[in-house]
Amino acid sequence: MSAYIPYITHIFMIVGINIIAVTGLSIFTGFTGLFSLGHAAFVGIGAYISGILTYYEYTNYYVALLAGMAGATVASLIIGIPTLRAKLRSDYFAIATLGFGEALRVTLDNLDITNGARGLGLEVHTTPIVLLFSLVAVLFTASNFLKSRYGAACIAIREDSIAAEMSGVNLFRTRLLSLVLSAAFCGLSGGLLAHYFSFIKPDMFMLVQSTQLLATVIAGGMGSLSGPAIVSLVFMSLPEILRWLEMWRLPAYGLLLVLIMIHRPQGLMGYRELTDFFVIFKRREKGGKN
Amino acid sequence: MELLEVKELSRNFGGINAVDSLSFEAKTGLVTGIIGPNGAGKTTVFNLITGVYKPTCGEITFDSRNCTGLRPDIIVKTGISRTFQNIRLFKRSTCLENVLTPILQRKECSIVSALVRLGSARRIEREAKEEAMSVLSAMGLSNEANRVAGTLPYGLQRKLEIARAIAASPKLLLLDEPAAGMNPEETLSLVDLISEIRRKFNLTILLIEHHMDLVMNICDHIVVMESGRLLFRGAPDEVRRNEKVIEAYLGKSANKQKA
Repeated sequence: MSAYIPYITHIFMIVGINIIAVTGLSIFTGFTGLFSLGHAAFVGIGAYISGILTYYEYTNYYVALLAGMAGATVASLIIGIPTLRAKLRSDYFAIATLGFGEALRVTLDNLDITNGARGLGLEVHTTPIVLLFSLVAVLFTASNFLKSRYGAACIAIREDSIAAEMSGVNLFRTRLLSLVLSAAFCGLSGGLLAHYFSFIKPDMFMLVQSTQLLATVIAGGMGSLSGPAIVSLVFMSLPEILRWLEMWRLPAYGLLLVLIMIHRPQGLMGYRELTDFFVIFKRREKGGKN
Repeated sequence: MELLEVKELSRNFGGINAVDSLSFEAKTGLVTGIIGPNGAGKTTVFNLITGVYKPTCGEITFDSRNCTGLRPDIIVKTGISRTFQNIRLFKRSTCLENVLTPILQRKECSIVSALVRLGSARRIEREAKEEAMSVLSAMGLSNEANRVAGTLPYGLQRKLEIARAIAASPKLLLLDEPAAGMNPEETLSLVDLISEIRRKFNLTILLIEHHMDLVMNICDHIVVMESGRLLFRGAPDEVRRNEKVIEAYLGKSANKQKA
């Protein structure tokens, strides 16, 4: 049994790194209601900035992680200010982020400092402890954010943007803040990923990865943090569990997605959290009204 | 004293004057009604006052400040709040969350303290929740606090929308057809409710309505619109007797049938 421990740890590492990025996108798409087809680009920016900093030994790993987050944040401002100010409707905004993701790939492919398409070989720094600490910090700040006036404003915009404005919500600033926070989380995820796999190349952060993040959020539930996290666990460990299916693994993945959309169109958790069920359970025990 | 003063307000949609140099006032503490046939431009007036549309020309003065063309969220902060003709609730949020949203937007809380959820952020949350519960109970909705807004029956959804508008702590409340789709009994209880919240929250009210019994019952002053223009304004009795109003709004023979 103990022979399996490194393998299981590996799965939990990739799941944890994925959950951080998924939580980021969940704030933006799930709670603020704007679709993005380019969030893997923020993961990529975090990965490359932190990777370059440690590769050329400019800074240590922890500073590099923070710099990766900061870089993704700045990038989100650059893409977010013009598009969100123009009040692009959700689908148009998604196209804009798609273009942003492609632009990033081309840039990474052609710069010298990124080593182009050959990628960067890095040292492994992301330990289970670092990841666990990051994951807890991300989930803690994300759930605090959603309870605050800012999170309430995001949800109000998702539900009805005109009514949100008439409740005193500044549309532009709230959407931008949501994008910035989600990009910061994705950037962190990228830094962790780069120093776990110890190798990054541009095609790790493309449309396919963006789409997978989006699929995870939608399948998990738009308006839930725990739903996408659970689905992330399933999606990331499924390829391992289904190894015996060999070439049928991908169709199985697709089938699962289709089944979720048919039977739970609101996503696995819908607009609820795992903790809500504990509350209901407690109330039942007390014999309360609900 | 005039709380709201609308002067020569116009709005043009591709050659059609939805509102055409309209002027009227809403006096502090009174209920002013806007009536007029469908398409007279009543809701457009609300949209212009609340900043959803920018006026083509004209001036809106609220609380002796010029509010023309400001963004909706800024107008809310100066003290104007509204409901919508086609109910716009945060449907998948609970009633409490609906009312909580405008209250939280009024509270100062820096993004850092929100992310770490310091003691001050928790205190703000708690205060806001208490305030929201008191608004819900004023509207008779405290039993529905944890119910998802979209699952409420129609009449309660209307009430919840008024509750959310009050939660923004306005001086002037705009109600866009609050009795739409209600039966006569519900309309009657709405009249009581509106008078009650007006006293309780010290509100000036501007309302659009088609139910004449409600309008005549509750309004101190009535503005009659037709095709974007002001047709007549005055006290309910004057409006009821005015020939032009009867002809334009109630139809030519209406005074014989009902008045």
